[in-house]
Amino acid sequence: MSNLTTTSHRLQGIDLEVRRKGRGPRILVLHGGGGPVLGFPFADRLAERFELIEPVHPGFAGTPIPEHFDGLEDLVYLYLDLMDALGLAQTIVLGNSLGGWLAAEIAVRTTARIAKLIMVDAVGVKVGGREERDIVDVFATSQRELDRLMWHDPARAPDTSKFTDEQLKIVVGNRVALSLYGWDPYLHNPKLRHRLHRINVPTLFIWGASDGLVTPAYGKAYCGMIAGARMTIIERAGHAPHVEQPDAFVASVISFVS
Amino acid sequence: MKTWFFTEDAYPYLPDPAEYESIRVNLPNRNYDPVKGADLYHMYLDMWLAAEEHGLEIMVNEHHQTATCVVPAAPLLLAILARQSKTARLLILGNPIANRNQPVRVAEEMAMIDVISRGRLECGFVRSVPWEAAAANITAHRGVDRLWEAHDLILKAWTTHDGPFNFEGRYYRHRQVNIWPRPFQQPHPPIWVTIGSAGSAVPVAERDYIGAVFLAGYPNVRKIFDGYRAAYLKRHGRPTDPDRLAYAALVYVAETEAKAREGAEKNLWYMRSNKVSPHHSNPPGYHAPDVAVNFMKGADSIVPQNPSLVDQMARGNVFAGTPDQVYEQIKTLYEYAGGFGHLIMMGQAGFLTMAETLGSLKLYAKEVVPRLKELVARHDHDRMQELRAATPDRQLTQLGSFGLEFAR
Repeated sequence: MSNLTTTSHRLQGIDLEVRRKGRGPRILVLHGGGGPVLGFPFADRLAERFELIEPVHPGFAGTPIPEHFDGLEDLVYLYLDLMDALGLAQTIVLGNSLGGWLAAEIAVRTTARIAKLIMVDAVGVKVGGREERDIVDVFATSQRELDRLMWHDPARAPDTSKFTDEQLKIVVGNRVALSLYGWDPYLHNPKLRHRLHRINVPTLFIWGASDGLVTPAYGKAYCGMIAGARMTIIERAGHAPHVEQPDAFVASVISFVS
Repeated sequence: MKTWFFTEDAYPYLPDPAEYESIRVNLPNRNYDPVKGADLYHMYLDMWLAAEEHGLEIMVNEHHQTATCVVPAAPLLLAILARQSKTARLLILGNPIANRNQPVRVAEEMAMIDVISRGRLECGFVRSVPWEAAAANITAHRGVDRLWEAHDLILKAWTTHDGPFNFEGRYYRHRQVNIWPRPFQQPHPPIWVTIGSAGSAVPVAERDYIGAVFLAGYPNVRKIFDGYRAAYLKRHGRPTDPDRLAYAALVYVAETEAKAREGAEKNLWYMRSNKVSPHHSNPPGYHAPDVAVNFMKGADSIVPQNPSLVDQMARGNVFAGTPDQVYEQIKTLYEYAGGFGHLIMMGQAGFLTMAETLGSLKLYAKEVVPRLKELVARHDHDRMQELRAATPDRQLTQLGSFGLEFAR
């Protein structure tokens, strides 16, 4: 198992926490609303071949929300700055859920530093009509129902009843950060679909077959908005296929980037 | 002491709570019969007008998507009362300005009510309760910052008389602000803000506004009012006059203690009918992190499921009894709290009828009000401090975050 290292990068007056794992070609990992993901087994597997670089979105994992931050666009420009600062080139960008939205927003601005894009159960666009709820309103849904919708096997859901107060405080902070980045318009940018044509790098959508938060049908429609993008469905996985089915997930990533 | 008669304008004809998840946010409005609702609106308006007849002031509030308070637009109620009442002061407590996207519109509505009532408006601003986040579709995060920026814009709109001004703030932008009408009262109507902690009392005290607590009770009233008074003294260099502080409680008065308790039990509908979903009680960014953590642990229920009258009286959230008893209860809390000049009287809730409500209201107005007026008139700052120092803090179990939601 590779060691996780953490560095701090001063950008826009923010001390951005960046976690790293492994050696090899670089994958910029953009996490979702649940927080950083390099601690999960899939990351160890990928770290055998790649260097994973995961910035912690400000507000997540106990970090503060910068005073000037109002929404996802602030994160987009922070990471454009980060990619410059790290001198990333020919990088694979992998984002799950909120992180997938973020990856797409970065890519429509410039793919100069991006080789390939991987979107995992990503949000970011509106695919249905105005009265269709494309993305489950996580702020208006009970935790039990969220667990049911999010996991193929709800027993995989973290048991927050065993969390310490410090751990719960992080969960609370993650929720506030998620609301900052995605409250309204809810976890999407109405403009994004009109910009997705600018993505000119190979793109793979990976989706959990049992995702009830954002369904595979949503993923398929999203995938259809990016020229040449492909989609892989992972069976027996929900909103976090990288957590629920690490083997199948890692295999999909490796076959796409090799 | 001024008393402000208040009812939340509830719609109490609901199914068994076992049949619904929450009385707020997501209770389908098929449960609301507009014919009964019309009768209720008229009854409540009549209650406010009757309160005025008996010398009390009027207070209205606003909530959304809830049967507990079917007033999604308090300015509409107040507009009716501005015309139909004659002498009462008209308090709206308040405008949930952090949840309204057009502060200038609020400034216009309030100015209009102030003019129609010929200067009787008392204008409250509130952050509002957690359940409003979903109803307003506005995140609770930075709600306090939005409240104060909206307040700044409203105040400037009220007090600028030389044509349009520009406002380009962090949360609100409006380039040509020039409201018609301007307020009747000069420079502007008195301002009230709800306070729920010593910290939230500070900006209110510094601006010399009236700070109001809801259901703070013995467990919280001292620290909140002390916070206000300390900030007031620091900023203004003089002690806080009682007329800067308001205390809200459920009140029911009757000729006998037994009858009063019967009425007070009915009034407790306000607390008892508050079955809510945990996720709507804890929207992101509303509570301080440690409070939000308690919600996640399920340790914190917003309102005790079955509050007892005895306990709520002991906490100072309910005043109930004969006029003598109610006066003593209020006086005891008044001295414990270090004095306040306003009592917000929740005089009706749930199934309390017009006759029952007016019976209590009349007795209160006749027997209790004169004594409360005298109590405040002989307020002496130094003597109050001595009295307060001689009364130790009451030890009462904190019931989770109870009251916090109502007291922002």
